[in-house]
Amino acid sequence: MIWNEKIECASREEMRTIQTERLIETVKRIYHNVPSYRQKMQEVGLVPDDIRSIDDLSKLPFTLKSDLRDNYPFGMFTVPMSEIVRVHASSGTTGKPTVVGYTRKDLNSWSEVVTRSLCMAGVHREDMVQVAYGYGLFTGGLGLHYGCENLGASVIPISGGNTDKQLQLMEDFGTTVLACTPSYSLFLAEEMEAAGIKKENLKLRIGIFGAEPWTENMRKEIESKLGIKAIDIYGLSEIMGPGVSCECEHQVGMHIMEDHFIPEIIDPETLQPLPAGEIGELVFTTITKEGIPLIRYRTRDLTRLNYEKCACGRTLVRMEKCKGRSDDMLIIRGVNVFPSQIESVLLEMSETAPHYLLIVEREGNLDTLKLMVEVQEQFFSDEIKQLEALRKKITHKLQSTLGISVDVKLVEPKTIERTAGKAKRVIDNRKL
Amino acid sequence: MIIKQLSVFLENKSGRLNEVTQILGNAGINMSAFSVADTAEFGILRMIVSEPEKALSILKAADFSVKLTDVICLNSPNEPLALARALNILSGESVFIEYLYAYSMNDKSANIVLKPDNIQKCIEVLQKHKMELVSASEMYKI
Repeated sequence: MIWNEKIECASREEMRTIQTERLIETVKRIYHNVPSYRQKMQEVGLVPDDIRSIDDLSKLPFTLKSDLRDNYPFGMFTVPMSEIVRVHASSGTTGKPTVVGYTRKDLNSWSEVVTRSLCMAGVHREDMVQVAYGYGLFTGGLGLHYGCENLGASVIPISGGNTDKQLQLMEDFGTTVLACTPSYSLFLAEEMEAAGIKKENLKLRIGIFGAEPWTENMRKEIESKLGIKAIDIYGLSEIMGPGVSCECEHQVGMHIMEDHFIPEIIDPETLQPLPAGEIGELVFTTITKEGIPLIRYRTRDLTRLNYEKCACGRTLVRMEKCKGRSDDMLIIRGVNVFPSQIESVLLEMSETAPHYLLIVEREGNLDTLKLMVEVQEQFFSDEIKQLEALRKKITHKLQSTLGISVDVKLVEPKTIERTAGKAKRVIDNRKL
Repeated sequence: MIIKQLSVFLENKSGRLNEVTQILGNAGINMSAFSVADTAEFGILRMIVSEPEKALSILKAADFSVKLTDVICLNSPNEPLALARALNILSGESVFIEYLYAYSMNDKSANIVLKPDNIQKCIEVLQKHKMELVSASEMYKI
């Protein structure tokens, strides 16, 4: 089913008209309400009246994740806090999270785009959806939740973790749709096998998977192990959360909800827009958001766009699975991790940050993060209990800063390879 | 009375201990006492050497994490209950031992290297009870 056929199947001209009208409004609102962005526009000699159609989009300055940090927590909101009905946050590049706010209308838009996504995936009112994304500051859980309710499906708001209960409810409630990270779905499949639960005895038919990169091979594995259709959903909290784009049943790229988010592909080096079909960095301009609209937000995700009409009948532009990042962000079990966050934790422990190396592995189907820290003089104690305490302290701090567990290993000085110029901080051994 | 003990951080991997002993040996530094404390992942090598300051700078130059720690050395008769007697005195006076290692000198006496929580108090207590402490210069010479 197509939830909003008028929009999802609109002609390119119709879509451009909608986008132009909403872009002009958005630029005005931001110019008059966000001093830091107004200044950016003034620096390049732009006023809102210079933006007359979406062809003028590329004249506008970019918004970066660091802009959100510099205006922490609410400096980029364009409405008074009395209009904000919800905040979410994701990890920032250093200690402080990236905060976003939603008005009532924003939450309705979000529900709308998630509902469209669910329909693309083939979910309908009769479905029982087990939402195993985390509920909380992370947008995954609540984002899916409200979309399901809006569609009229039944939601099991179980949140992440607690695998035994996940399996129990899946069996007892007859879950038909599972929403979680792709790696967690594979973990559940393994646990099912261990518990002797056969996929034939479950009613699962669709998986809505996102929040981390996954390959076509992983998709095949998930589909065969769980006996479902595995659908890729994309989103980021800065833009909205899950539902920025989603695959349809044909699984040939994720349809972007263009009437809310205008995509562009730029060359991350020259920052110039690239023609359709070329791989580059994905940039979004939100055109309906009231809480925190963002102009030309650089996602750092690398992908390409396809404007051809899809076999499903939708005309919404499709983005390919992300091919990587134009920065050093890692996604571990659906959680964004920046090496700079680890550095700031280590800096809190001593005056000079020690050399460190992050090693990411995929063991079975779960990502693990190992941190090697050189024990230089400032860290070295003659007593085992002090060193163990140091290791525990680092582990604990990282857990609370990053939200995921890290295996910390103390190593001798100079055992981590030095490279000329920029230090190599991350080894990612996952085959993504 | 206070002896400078050399402590070295070592990962649990083969060849590292050998490397330390080679480096010190090549510099003409002799070891008089020696112990390794280990955990699953790393260890701390503790030793009394002939020239602690020199050993420290040589190992630092070779990129080891190393430091000098104050310890004392108790000379005790090499006979049953001698250690028990000493430890009884210390615990009776609330002196706690972080770690210790010991070795026999001959059939008459043994040396016990001690790292107490409060080194000054430990020395006072032992002297009060007429226990024999080995001087630093003597210790480095062994």
